Amino acid sequence: MSELTKLTLAAARDGLAKKQFSAAELTQAFLDAIEAGNKSLNAYVLPTPEHALAQAKDSDARLAKKGKARPLEGLPLGIKDLYCTKGVRTTACSNILAEFTPTYESTVTQNLWDAGAIMLGKLNNDEFAMGSSNETSRFGPVVNPWRRQGSNVALVPGGSSGGSSSAVAADLCLGATATDTGGSIRQPAAITGTVGIKPTYGRCSRWGIVAFASSLDQAGPIGKTVRDAAILLRHMASVDPKDSTSVDVPVPDYEAALGKGVKGLKVGVPKEYRLDGMPREIEDLWQQGIAWLKAAGATIHDISLPHTKYALPAYYIVAPAECSSNLARYDGVRYGLRRPGHDLTEMYEATRAAGFGAEVRRRVLIGTYVLSAGYYDAYYIKAQQVRTLIKRDFDRAYESVDVILTPTTPGPAFGIGEVSGDPIQMYLNDIFTVTANMAGVPGISVPAGLSSEGTPLGLQLIGRPFDEATLFQVAQVIEDAAGRFPAPERWWA
Amino acid sequence: MSGGAKAMQVDEATVRRIARLARIKVTDAEAKALEQELSGILDWVKQLDEVDTRGVEPMTAVVATTLKMRQDTVTDGGIADDIIANAPAREDHFFAVPKVVE
Repeated sequence: MSELTKLTLAAARDGLAKKQFSAAELTQAFLDAIEAGNKSLNAYVLPTPEHALAQAKDSDARLAKKGKARPLEGLPLGIKDLYCTKGVRTTACSNILAEFTPTYESTVTQNLWDAGAIMLGKLNNDEFAMGSSNETSRFGPVVNPWRRQGSNVALVPGGSSGGSSSAVAADLCLGATATDTGGSIRQPAAITGTVGIKPTYGRCSRWGIVAFASSLDQAGPIGKTVRDAAILLRHMASVDPKDSTSVDVPVPDYEAALGKGVKGLKVGVPKEYRLDGMPREIEDLWQQGIAWLKAAGATIHDISLPHTKYALPAYYIVAPAECSSNLARYDGVRYGLRRPGHDLTEMYEATRAAGFGAEVRRRVLIGTYVLSAGYYDAYYIKAQQVRTLIKRDFDRAYESVDVILTPTTPGPAFGIGEVSGDPIQMYLNDIFTVTANMAGVPGISVPAGLSSEGTPLGLQLIGRPFDEATLFQVAQVIEDAAGRFPAPERWWA
Repeated sequence: MSGGAKAMQVDEATVRRIARLARIKVTDAEAKALEQELSGILDWVKQLDEVDTRGVEPMTAVVATTLKMRQDTVTDGGIADDIIANAPAREDHFFAVPKVVE
């Protein structure tokens, strides 16, 4: 296996600039790695080798001419199958989208192609991004390249961006796009030893990304390092006339924030994230993070975010409500699957029963229930009021601290099928990440250590709105202290 | 995590009613299972009743913003081929559906 795939995105960028290898060589190395490893990992649902090699040829032509190369010129990426890609099948990993082939490109991916990046293919995810283990995909589960010490049991890569986290961790791309509605970037990053950031709501355009819960969905990258995630986010983010919720604030050069350190920075540690029965190793990891930041010159402050425990139940009203509205468009008429019926209603009902998987159906039904006459105030309005209180908790905290440090997940990667019986047990995976979505604030997960099983764990930093730069700055200090966590052996290749 | 001895939040008739509203066909076996699953989730989210939300505005946007306005002009169009490109059934530039009016 070529060593080129082991490069970080930043190192590959430098190598291309120095002409140590060509974009075509780099791309071919990844296509070979996908060919060899995807059967075991199932990270890609649609590799696009011809498309990739055509883009690489164009990149090599630009790299050969002085001043023509763009910021991500010739860098091969994987794209979550939630992003519409023109002329390339996009399914959200749901049967209901069948062979849907967009006639347009999502704004975020267009930004990446305009910056010179190369698409290796479409990545697996939980159906419509609903899940924490990538087990609800129509294409089957994704496998985590990490294994428990001395075990061959297949572990989940997290979800919903499980194809993205697995592909990045297994060197099947330099970096990947992902999306995060309740933790779907940060949780998979944490349990695969990769870096994932959910930016502030409105930082990236949602146009052309298959909608799940519109007030919570945000695009973001998963990368091998903090620097790689910083490079990618800069070129994904933009204000977009096609998404009225995208916000017109300048996108900083996040890489410039990386060397700044944390001297004098105020780090908040919220007591409500210390759960009853939380595994000792998660508490230890958190304390280790506190010690690293203290040693680097930050000051640590105990803070309170009193409504934390209500974020997850409120999310499971708001997200299903929005999902039931958004998924109403899948009617068997305009695109995707159609099942016959004697009349229009029967056709809708048969199509949606056949096209949606169990978890999606469950959420559409919950959403329909909480929005239905007589229940709207008790559930939906109540949840949106709680959301206001969660946001206020963060606003108050940021009067006294610059950034908040928490664990990313309540535990390490679990085995495929181990948590599938009880929906609420699965939902609890997002207990530390969902608060940032409810408040719209940015959060990053950075690898920080190994569990007792020898699998990765992450720490989460939550920041002020539009202050992703500080998250990268602090995450870099943790990465410098913790080191990187490449998957130990390439059993899949 | 389920409601234990508490009454079920949703019974089978309610499952059927919301499935109808959501336009999803459910079999008898599915309706039975959904009764349990939906009740479990709704019991769990009811913990929000502990929170005093009197006088609290429901959130409408996480980022304080005024609604963006644009010129009321046509900026797109003439792409009927694109719009019907993925339709499961079509005739010319029309989406085709089962007969609606006898």
